[in-house]
Amino acid sequence: MEILQNLGLGLATAAEPVNLLFCFIGVLLGTLIGVLPGIGPTATIAMLLPITFGFEPATSLIMLSGIYYGAQYGGSTTAILINLPGESSSAVTAIDGYQMAKQGRAGPALATAALGSFFAGSVATVLIALFAPPLTEVALKFGPAEYFSLLMLGLVASVALAHGSVIKALGMIVIGLLLGLIGSDVNTGAQRFTMGFLELADGVNFVAVAVGVFGIAEILRNLEDESDREVMVKKVTGLFPSKEDFKAAWAPVVRGTALGSILGILPGGGAVLSSFAAYTVEKRISKTPERFGKGAIEGVAAPEAANNAGAQTSFIPMLTLGIPANPVMALMIGAMIIQGIQPGPNVAVEKPELFWGVIASMWIGNLMLVLLNLPLIGLWVRLLTVPYTVLFPAILAFCCIGVYSVNSNAFDLYAVAAFGLLGYVLVKLECEPAPLLLGFVLGPMLEENLRRAMTISRGDPTVFFTRPLSAGLLIVAVLVLVVVFLPSVRKKRDEVFQEE
Amino acid sequence: MFKSLAAAVAAFGVLTGSAVAETYPSRVITMIVPFSAGGPTDTVSRLVAEAMSKDLGQQIVIENVGGAGGTLGAGRVAKADPDGYTLLLHHIGMSTSATLYRKLPYDTLNAFDYVGLVTDVPMTIVARANFEPADMKALVEYAKANKDKVTYANAGIGAASHLCGMLFMSKIETPLTTVPYKGTGPAMTDLVGGQVDLMCDQTTNTTNQIKGGKIKAYATTTKERLAALPNVPTAAEGGLTDFEVGIWHGVYAPKGTSPEIIAKLSASLQKALKDPNVVKRFADLGTVPSSEADATPEALKAKLTSEIARWAPVIKAAGVYAD
Repeated sequence: MEILQNLGLGLATAAEPVNLLFCFIGVLLGTLIGVLPGIGPTATIAMLLPITFGFEPATSLIMLSGIYYGAQYGGSTTAILINLPGESSSAVTAIDGYQMAKQGRAGPALATAALGSFFAGSVATVLIALFAPPLTEVALKFGPAEYFSLLMLGLVASVALAHGSVIKALGMIVIGLLLGLIGSDVNTGAQRFTMGFLELADGVNFVAVAVGVFGIAEILRNLEDESDREVMVKKVTGLFPSKEDFKAAWAPVVRGTALGSILGILPGGGAVLSSFAAYTVEKRISKTPERFGKGAIEGVAAPEAANNAGAQTSFIPMLTLGIPANPVMALMIGAMIIQGIQPGPNVAVEKPELFWGVIASMWIGNLMLVLLNLPLIGLWVRLLTVPYTVLFPAILAFCCIGVYSVNSNAFDLYAVAAFGLLGYVLVKLECEPAPLLLGFVLGPMLEENLRRAMTISRGDPTVFFTRPLSAGLLIVAVLVLVVVFLPSVRKKRDEVFQEE
Repeated sequence: MFKSLAAAVAAFGVLTGSAVAETYPSRVITMIVPFSAGGPTDTVSRLVAEAMSKDLGQQIVIENVGGAGGTLGAGRVAKADPDGYTLLLHHIGMSTSATLYRKLPYDTLNAFDYVGLVTDVPMTIVARANFEPADMKALVEYAKANKDKVTYANAGIGAASHLCGMLFMSKIETPLTTVPYKGTGPAMTDLVGGQVDLMCDQTTNTTNQIKGGKIKAYATTTKERLAALPNVPTAAEGGLTDFEVGIWHGVYAPKGTSPEIIAKLSASLQKALKDPNVVKRFADLGTVPSSEADATPEALKAKLTSEIARWAPVIKAAGVYAD
């Protein structure tokens, strides 16, 4: 059994004391930066990159990966406690997680997130070990046409994210799409809606949008009205999920893991889709979809499992081909190059101890994370009792540091302020920020892939239907549309979506 | 009162100018890299900065100021104090952005003082693994016969892969279908996946894919064959003359930096480029450090001037602008 031999080699590498230590440091750092709003793994890894030059290559990669998946654990913490997702993936967790916290169930929400992530992380590790090379081949079958169809499906399905009016959700998606159009046009280089600011040439900074419409808006709203918070602190009941919670959460965790693992492999944004997709699926198949958006534990369990599984399987194209699936993976590749390792298809053959060491360390790191996070839940929940006069300035400061650290550009801070105001207006209009964020993330990808597919086919639109994978995805998208807009179903759906 | 004080301070500043150069550097130096951390330019910068830090006795800290094709970072250095504590490491984009951007907030040729060239990373013309043409000559024939079908990927407007592609198409006098991507990563993904046919990219990104058989190499854009890819012919061997394209990197300082400080930095850069670790890591990247004669202000200034002149007509003929 070659695979066992490989895993043995990997475990031996990962279990070396120095690697264990740095794995721990990595996941601890990851948890902390995940918890701190605004500071994401990309900025942290970029800042820590120089420190790792002196390490052994395996040690350095083990630590950097730990920061990345550690941040997926930590990212849900602020999403749940203060409705402030640091990453696009935890934006979905905020929908129901924050509602649970408001009902005094922050503890169970955090525990569900941690346990769900652990399960997903363990499964994804096994998947990487067993199937990395064949999975890469599948991912490579995804050309521009397939991406376009996948993204279409994602956008169509995302209407389900809304728990208020569907019209408002559609409106939010469209505003998100429009915001995503700001910046240089990839095909011609033309500047769109940049109003002469070179700072906008690469588009609006994602972190600025997320921190603004979620975090700052939430702070503004809270300053207006303190009643919610008293309820949150008073009602804290038990820190761990009850038997009923486990019963409700296990199936969503399994489904979320499956979805996240598959979407995470796709280079370029597959991981972003995974938590949105997992949430949508849960809401669709739930017998009581009206609970979603009001503190349904499934709405926390599924996306958290999905984003952790996706985060881990996104290593597959990086490890097997040296191709980055997201900015964090691009940094990992940078770290390898600086270490004198050329990332590419030969890494697994030339450096088996590194390849398998990193994979094995992921499982060890996930175990450390769950052991680290469960006892911390009590502490995080106590955070809710910190007075606003201390908490809000601290959050604002961390947000600003985090946003600034990405490009060292003050412009991004003004953007945070502007999106904070926009977010506040949206709260007042009772519009959801999550669909906006989804539109913002998916819009540019949708446009790029549409135009790329059309360029390659030389303007022939049938390419979306003649390629089987693409056609299949579009058919599912149409089915979803039909289900949403069919008159008989529509009546029911309106009941479902309408807030009483 | 305030005015005379200011005048006194200014006079003092002039008098102590050379003294400042003598004690330079007395604190941490910031080297601005106008691209994100972890990319090839960042890697080059960190290797050089580490070796220069050892020589100068002060830490050089890399600050990544990404965005707008490197012009945001360059703009920041153009506006910085010319005291030798803010430097810029930029690549070929410094010369092409002068034409690609019609409204730059700085004057490319006159806003900087020059420290020296760092390295010239070679490029390779590559294709998907199962692309039909066997060699460069066959490729040119095939491209001419199937110009409607052949697709060429690049990493976005102004990227080296974009420039190399424009040059290739102008050399073979055949426009191909250009498929732009946001960065080399996704472009390489689609090339490996066989979604697009051709690309021209730096060895940093292509060498291992070529060695692993995931993509096919037609030529290098260098004068001589590369040690890392001995079986890949040069463009000239394949019949493409004057096809030397490299991603050259240079270190700049804001205009008005004292000549003593510039001299100190140039000397330090030359030393750093001979550092065994730098040489070895550059070799891993498929490139070599610039020679002592090239790591000088004069050589960098000449390179920048000639490259602006070289690319301006290519960019203007293609009619592509980044703003």
